[in-house]
Amino acid sequence: MSSERAQSRAAWTFLSPALLLIAVFFAVPVIAAFLLGFTDFDLYALADLETVRITGVANYRTLLTSPLFWQALRNTAEFALIGGPLSIAVSLAAALLVNAKATRFKPFFRSVLFMPFVTTLVAVAIVWRYLYHPQYGLLNWMLGAVGIGPVDWLGNPTFAMPAIMLVAIWKGFGYNMLVFIAGLQNIPEDLYEAARLDGATPWQQFRHVTLPMLRPTMFFVTIITMVGFFQLFAEPYVMTQGGPLRSTTSLVLLMYEEGFRWWRMGYAAAVAVVLFLVILSFTLLQRRVQREAIS
Amino acid sequence: MNRLRTVLLHAALGVTTIFAVAPMLWMLSASFMPTGSANTFPPPLIPRNPTLEHYRVLFGQLAVGRYLFNSALVAISATALSLFVNSMAGYAIAKLRFRARDRVFRTLSAALLIPVQVTMLPLFLLLKQLGLVNSYWGAIIPAIATIFGIFLIRQYALGIPDDLLDAARVDGASEFRIYWSIVLPVIRPILATLAIWTFLASWNDFLWPLVILTDDQRYTLPVALASLSGEHVMDVELMMAGAVITVLPVIAVFLLLQRQYVQGVMQGSVKG
Repeated sequence: MSSERAQSRAAWTFLSPALLLIAVFFAVPVIAAFLLGFTDFDLYALADLETVRITGVANYRTLLTSPLFWQALRNTAEFALIGGPLSIAVSLAAALLVNAKATRFKPFFRSVLFMPFVTTLVAVAIVWRYLYHPQYGLLNWMLGAVGIGPVDWLGNPTFAMPAIMLVAIWKGFGYNMLVFIAGLQNIPEDLYEAARLDGATPWQQFRHVTLPMLRPTMFFVTIITMVGFFQLFAEPYVMTQGGPLRSTTSLVLLMYEEGFRWWRMGYAAAVAVVLFLVILSFTLLQRRVQREAIS
Repeated sequence: MNRLRTVLLHAALGVTTIFAVAPMLWMLSASFMPTGSANTFPPPLIPRNPTLEHYRVLFGQLAVGRYLFNSALVAISATALSLFVNSMAGYAIAKLRFRARDRVFRTLSAALLIPVQVTMLPLFLLLKQLGLVNSYWGAIIPAIATIFGIFLIRQYALGIPDDLLDAARVDGASEFRIYWSIVLPVIRPILATLAIWTFLASWNDFLWPLVILTDDQRYTLPVALASLSGEHVMDVELMMAGAVITVLPVIAVFLLLQRQYVQGVMQGSVKG
């Protein structure tokens, strides 16, 4: 009995540094963000807190009538809903290649393909900015060789977002690839053997054995990837500053600009709350889809 | 037929590998090119007259050494502190019996859904009140206790046999003693994974340091690099050298410790 009390006391002692830090530097700020969204906290308030007024839903009303907000929301949705699935597809394809029975030097390919994931996003975004250079960029030079004529990747509102997607996919696919490889290795080999005995083609095996068996992995990967993609920031900050014509301004970039450049922190908090709601509803939706797929 | 398939398989792997490494190789190569020579057509792949001038300018005039130091200090402190704090918490949730355990675990799981950007505006104001804006602590503190880290440790610590801990208790070892001399050695593999993970995340982090480090004496490398790239847009080769300096340490850490890291990612994700 006393040992149990000792354990309980020890548990709280061990937990307290982490819980305290999380409470003060995470939980309280989250709650405060919601409250901040209902105020007109701005540059003057930074100097003198007395000037803050509670303005109710005024920030949200402004938000809903702001074309820039809608554009940022659309851009973020486009980036996440197209780029996210593409990124997952690339990861899965790479995982199938690396994990194929005939593949040699598996550890080598695994590590090399994973490498972009560990690099610094800001640094590689700068590298890609030059790879995308309309005149001297490597990408246009390669496309030119097959007769596709110079594209102003980052200067054209149509191409800027796809160009940023490509960078995000390049940077991120290695992580999901590893997760998929782990998932693939957990699929019992006899399932494939049985499918082959039934005369299943490789595609049928993929459709009816691999994909269903990967479902838990796929759920994890989808959530992690989409949540990450909704948080787009560094690529447009470094590569396009949100342009051209605001075509790459994301919600987080909008929050950063409003909050930390113009110090309209109440308004920026409203943007942050919207980001949270977007991510939350996506995750809940995904969870529901997952549950329905199981039952 | 089978041989053809193997060849195609490796061709596809080769293309994917080129896709993955080409940007980094070009970055490295261009960093050695004399000023202006990357901006020619067709774009040169290999420096014809390799030079170290950009590295010299970066470490001399532009004082990149300072940012390198800042980045290392922030990343190493965050990693050390986070290992300690998260391992205690993760172990406690996994192995110690206390009443609110499930509630703590569930609350933390729910909090995982909240994107960290939501905290940033109030956190900035809070740290401003505490006088920590533009300080190393301001950059380090939010990275110390992470729910992800706690869960990673917990998942692994679940595998520690209870008998091992109970035997130590019977022998009269204190709970801290048990954590320090029995648990920590057992969970070493996952500590290594968490260490690499935290170090890389902290080194590569951009938005938070950008917000909290306002004076360029305190900039970490990514923040400094982004700011330099605004001023030196035209200096491709210089910027590539800056990118190399930023990326090289994390690539080195990864290459040295990739075994633990890759295994950790694969295990953690499958169970988690």
